[in-house]
Amino acid sequence: MDKIFEKPESIREKETHYCPGCGHGIVHRVICEVVDDLGIREKLIGIAPVGCAVIAYDYWNFDVTEAAHGRVPAVATGIKRSLPDRIVFGYQGDGDLGAIGTAEIIHAANRGENITIIFVNNTVYGMTGGQMAPTTLLKQKTATTPAGREQKMHGFPLKVCELLSVLPGVVYAERVTAHSPQNILKAKKAIKKAFENQIKGLGFSIVEVLSPCPTYLGLSPQDAVKWVGEELTKEYPLKIFKDIT
Amino acid sequence: MAKKVLMCGNEALAEAAIIAGCRFYAGYPITPQNEIPAYMSKRMPEAGGVFIQSESELAAINMVFGSSLTGARAMTSSSSPGISLKQEGISYLAACELPAVIVNIMRGGPGLGNIAPSQSDYFQAVKGGGHGDYRQIVIAPASVQEMADLTMLSFDLADKYRMPVMILGDGILGQMMEPVEFKAETKPGIKKDWILDGCKGRKPRIIKSLILNESELEKFNLKLQKRYKEIKDKEQRCEVLYGDDSDIMLVAYGTPSRICRSVVEKLRKKGKKVGMIRPITLWPFPEDAFKKLAKKIKSFLVVEMSCGQMIEDVKLAIDCARPAHFYGRTGGEIPGEDDIIKEIENING
Amino acid sequence: MKEEIVFAGFGGQGIMFMGKAIAYAAMNEGKQVTWIPSYGAEVRGGTAYSMVIISDEAIASPLIKDPTICVAMNGPSLRKYEARIKADGLLVVNKSIIDIEPARKDIEILNIPITELASEAGDHRIGNMVALGALLAKRKIINVESLIGGLKDIVSSTYHSLLPVNEKAIRKGFEYGSR
Repeated sequence: MDKIFEKPESIREKETHYCPGCGHGIVHRVICEVVDDLGIREKLIGIAPVGCAVIAYDYWNFDVTEAAHGRVPAVATGIKRSLPDRIVFGYQGDGDLGAIGTAEIIHAANRGENITIIFVNNTVYGMTGGQMAPTTLLKQKTATTPAGREQKMHGFPLKVCELLSVLPGVVYAERVTAHSPQNILKAKKAIKKAFENQIKGLGFSIVEVLSPCPTYLGLSPQDAVKWVGEELTKEYPLKIFKDIT
Repeated sequence: MAKKVLMCGNEALAEAAIIAGCRFYAGYPITPQNEIPAYMSKRMPEAGGVFIQSESELAAINMVFGSSLTGARAMTSSSSPGISLKQEGISYLAACELPAVIVNIMRGGPGLGNIAPSQSDYFQAVKGGGHGDYRQIVIAPASVQEMADLTMLSFDLADKYRMPVMILGDGILGQMMEPVEFKAETKPGIKKDWILDGCKGRKPRIIKSLILNESELEKFNLKLQKRYKEIKDKEQRCEVLYGDDSDIMLVAYGTPSRICRSVVEKLRKKGKKVGMIRPITLWPFPEDAFKKLAKKIKSFLVVEMSCGQMIEDVKLAIDCARPAHFYGRTGGEIPGEDDIIKEIENING
Repeated sequence: MKEEIVFAGFGGQGIMFMGKAIAYAAMNEGKQVTWIPSYGAEVRGGTAYSMVIISDEAIASPLIKDPTICVAMNGPSLRKYEARIKADGLLVVNKSIIDIEPARKDIEILNIPITELASEAGDHRIGNMVALGALLAKRKIINVESLIGGLKDIVSSTYHSLLPVNEKAIRKGFEYGSR
């Protein structure tokens, strides 16, 4: 009988700590499938962020380090410049990339560092208890926006792909979601391209993955998935913002 | 013997780093250490290394973190306000047991302060400016030659003990020119079997600082402490002048030690029993030498370009067995020879 | 022998470079040397100094409070350092732009029209070389040929075409100081 489904070699035999319905596990797996497909596991160095995905190294079966909060792109720069023939990717959440690490992501992108960034946007801080993220929608309730995010007080949701795509150092920026099988396949295609760009030495690639956080959205896993597909994509349209590869 | 060249301290330090095999430098401009990144921007490409002018001090230290975990010898440099920004990264380097050399060419503080020489970052350097129970080795050169020699030593110590080493200089040491002779390149004999370079032919490795389990984190901290103890036992360095027949010992590091040396020379010519102890490692502090001196010397006079920081370690080292006096200037003012002589006269009565 | 020299003047008069040039030449003669600049904002526009110690013995402190030699390239420098020069010391005064008469009687004073001599040498901007030549005529710290010979090593090759003019300026100053 043909085997039609198996655990990627790049993923460890370990149960994740993520909440039911969380998108991180899916994104982890998609990355690992791509790594296997491209045959780059043995030349790969991943960087885990601070946030819910901080112990991603427990699930990935390749070399991984963990950066201080927001500093993933700087650490990635140091690794890639020292070992230009290895494949380096950073995994960042919305607080990590969009708040505390904005300087690092903008400048790594603007230098055109030949790295791949996977940006998981779930609009809340999960690890610390559901506080507002830079990407939290207006009116969205969080632990620190009990009455809903109000623009006058907290500013607007930050559009990372839109922002980065204007930088000449960025060769590829796409936003995808992990909320349905069809979209997960699209996400995989995008992530694969982001790694291929690096292999070809083309420059900085980022894939933003909209991801459900049922726990802090206060929704069931099913409703959270639906919310991502129906509501979140209104504020954060799914598209290729830039592809000059 | 290599040819002597006339160089400023900052450039001598940078060249020595290259000779020591440093192949990654990231930094952000700040006076009075700008000669280091400028020199590196020219020399690193020639040496086949990487130079990056980073967007911030935070980015620089984290780039060094990334480079170091690949096994490269990596360095960053800054001056006081910039070093404050690097503290987060230094704590992570210590936690991840990553070697790195961090240069602080101190200027006047607090806050933006000024660009004049100072030693007011002593506490930050030796007591651990970042969070957590960690230490860094702190090295204090006092001449351009030492800016070179001790930089090479710093890379060796960083690799040997897998931890950050800080070179603590001041604006004068950085800017001053003196003849310097570079030692030949030494092949670092330390095998790095912990680096991340892709898991080809081996099990994947993880370099991280998150240890959620309490007993495991305690165990890790105790492991670090054991290493720190070993360093305290093996790596104390200092220079002692007239340790055997002095009534009063001057204590100074860096530029003030040069001034104190002049004072000692002058007073010795007049038959005064004055000596000097110059810590070369500020952490580990050369406690053993101080303990020995405390048995023979009547009193100590600590001279710093600060309001009195190293003096606390002097008092601890001699267990307050002898009086430890203090003379310091701050804000970029430099202790004068005459002022120090006056202090000595006051103490001797 | 131990000379503690302060070169002082406006930023742009080559104050740092003249210190470096004499320190480099002295090093090549096997002497101990230190050079300290003033740095930062004061280097451009304000009063700048460089301090050079040349000695047969190892140099402890590189800082100079009371120099044995001062080259004052402008008025403020003269005012600042005249009183501090050690007795029997040397003061070189840039007569071209300083109209104050030094008051000290216990030091040797050389008034020298630095700018005019530099112009005669071919470039009015290299008064610093004239001053160095004059200094070495008055105090034989090093051989003037060491100074001239060393310039090519410390000047970027882009400016090597200017070396002959610099040499001429040094010799002009040396002649003037030897009178």
